[in-house]
Amino acid sequence: MSSLATPALSLAQSYKRLTIKRMIWLGILSAVLIATVITNITIGPAGLTIPTILKGLIDASSLSTNEAIILWEVRLPYALMAVVVGACLGLAGAEMQTVLNNPLSSPTTLGVMHAATFGASIAIVFKFIPFGLPENYVVPVFAFAGAICSVLVIQYFSRKFGATVDTVILIGIAMFFALEASISLIQFVADSDSLQQIVFWTMGSLARATWEKVAIVSIVLALCLPFSIRQVWKMTALRGGEDYARSFGLSVERLRLIVLFRVSIMTAVAVAFTGVIGFVGLVGPHISRLAFGEDHRFYLPGAALSGAFILAGASILSKSIVPGILIPDGIVTALIGIPLFLALLIKQKRTAK
Amino acid sequence: MTTVSIKKVTLSYGTKTILSDISLPDIPAGSLVGVLGPNGVGKSTFMRALAGIGDYQGEICLNGESIEDMTFLQRAGQIGYLPQSLPQHTTLIAYEAVISACRAVRPDLASPEVEQMVEEIFDLLGIRHLAFMSLNKLSGGQRQMIGLAQVLVKKPSLLLLDEPTSALDLRWQIGVFDVVRTVVQQRNGICLMPIHDINLALRHCDQIMLLSKEDGLLAFAPPIEAMTQDNLRRAYRVDGRVETCSQGRPYVIAEGALPLTDQKIPA
Repeated sequence: MSSLATPALSLAQSYKRLTIKRMIWLGILSAVLIATVITNITIGPAGLTIPTILKGLIDASSLSTNEAIILWEVRLPYALMAVVVGACLGLAGAEMQTVLNNPLSSPTTLGVMHAATFGASIAIVFKFIPFGLPENYVVPVFAFAGAICSVLVIQYFSRKFGATVDTVILIGIAMFFALEASISLIQFVADSDSLQQIVFWTMGSLARATWEKVAIVSIVLALCLPFSIRQVWKMTALRGGEDYARSFGLSVERLRLIVLFRVSIMTAVAVAFTGVIGFVGLVGPHISRLAFGEDHRFYLPGAALSGAFILAGASILSKSIVPGILIPDGIVTALIGIPLFLALLIKQKRTAK
Repeated sequence: MTTVSIKKVTLSYGTKTILSDISLPDIPAGSLVGVLGPNGVGKSTFMRALAGIGDYQGEICLNGESIEDMTFLQRAGQIGYLPQSLPQHTTLIAYEAVISACRAVRPDLASPEVEQMVEEIFDLLGIRHLAFMSLNKLSGGQRQMIGLAQVLVKKPSLLLLDEPTSALDLRWQIGVFDVVRTVVQQRNGICLMPIHDINLALRHCDQIMLLSKEDGLLAFAPPIEAMTQDNLRRAYRVDGRVETCSQGRPYVIAEGALPLTDQKIPA
C-alpha cells in the first residue's frame, strides 16, 4: 500500500492506479463468471459433448432438434437465470448493507423473501387462477405481489416514524415474524400436496427458468442499475458514518428509502421466479468488500458479479452432486458460499498481518 | 464576508428544552468562537441546529438567509459541520472518504477540480501518508483528522466543529487550530467549536461562548472577559483560579468541584 503513496505522484494519480487495478480485478471476475456459465451449460445428464455444445452456441443449426432444445431451452436459460438472479441478489444485498449500515443485512433482512413466500403459499394453497394469467405465472405473480406489499408497508411506516436504521430494521423484523407466523398458518391448513410445493418453493430452485423469466429479471436489473450508478457517491459517502453524510448535505433518510425500494423490487422479481435463495445477498457483498473495498463504483458491480458467480457455481453443483437429480439451488448456495467466504476472510486476515 | 445571526433561538432535546432564548451579538468575520459549557448543556444540539440538521425555534441566518430556507445543497456548500462522533470503521480508504464527501453532494463539479481540492486538504492537514489507508486500520485520532478533511475539503465559510481535537495529541491539536485558522481567514468565515479543554479554547479562540444550565448564555466575549472565576463556578460548578500567563492570556487552574445545584431527584 505504501508504495502507492510515493511523493512523486499526486494522490489522484495514485488513486487512479488503484482504480485500474480494481478494474482489472472486475475484468477477471467477469471472465471467471463467463467460464462458470459455460461450464454450467456443458454439464447435464443428456451427454452432450463440449465441442458439440460450443459449436451449438455459435451455430444452432449444427445441432439435432433434441440437442437444440436441451441447449437452448433448458441449459442456457438455467445458466443465465443463475447469473441474473445472483447479480440481483448480490447488488441488492450490497446496497442494503450500506443503507442499513449493517454487514449482516441482506435482501432477507426486511422480510421481503418471507413476503414472497407468503404470496406464493397463498397461490399454491388456495389455487387461485386469476383471469387470463398463464398458469405457470400464478405463483411468481403472487410471490411478487406479496413482496411488493411488504415493501410498501415498510415504506409507509418508515415515512411515518422516520427512516432511521433502527426504525427500519425493527419494522422489518416485525414483518418478518408476522409473515413467518402467517406462512406457518397457511402450511397448517394446506393439504400435503400443497405443503410439499411450499416447502420446495422455500428451498429455491432455478429449474423453472425460461427465456421469458430471464428476460424479465434482466430488464428489472437493467432498469435499476442506472439509479444505483447515480447514487454511488452518496452511498460511498454514507459509509463514513451517517452523521458525516448528513453533515455533507446528504438527505440520509431519503436516500435510504429510495435505495430500500429499489433493492426490494430487485429482490422481489428475482425470488418470485426461483423461490427463496438466501445467502447470496449476504455473502456476495462481503466478497466484493474484501476484494474491492467500499468505493461503491467497484463495490456494487463487484457484489453483483460475486452474487452471480456464487449462484452460477451453486447451480453447477446442484446438477452434479447427484447426477440426474437437481438439488434445490437455495440449499447448495450456502454449501458453496460458506467455504468460499471463509477462505477469503482467512486470506485477508493473513495479508493484514 | 460571512455573517451569522442568531436571534431568540430555543433548542430542545426530545421534549426537554435545554437552551431557551439565545441571542448572540454579531460575530466578526474571521473569528474562532469556542463554545464552552458543561456536559448536556446543549453545545452539540446548538451545532446541529446551526448546521440545519436539528430542530430549533427562533431565527438562525447565514449571510442574511434563514438556515431553514436553504436547500441541502446550499447548506452543504457553505456550512462545514464536523459531528462529534468519529468516522466509522469501514474498509473505505481515507482518500475515498474525503472525495466522496465532495462528490456525493456536488455532482456538478468536474473531476480535476475535486481532485485538486482533495489534494490540497490532505496537504494542508499534513495527512498525505494516511490517504491510502482504510478507515478501519486508522487510530481514533487519525480518523478524526479524516473527518476534518471531509468537512474542510470544500472550504466552507461557516465551520461548526464539534470537539475537533477530542482524540488528538498535543501536536495535532495545534495543527488543527492552525488549519482552521487558515481556512477561516481564507474564506473570511466564522468557526464555532464546542470544546471541553478550556485552556485549549482560551489559547486559540477569539471569542468564548459560555453556556450554563441555569443561566443559558452566560457570556459571549473575548477569552479574558468571558472566563472569570465567577463564570467558571456558574457554568461548570468548579472552584478554580483564572490566572493570567506572562503573555496576558487567561489560564484556568481547577481546584475543586462544587455540589451541583440543579440536582433534582424526580419524585
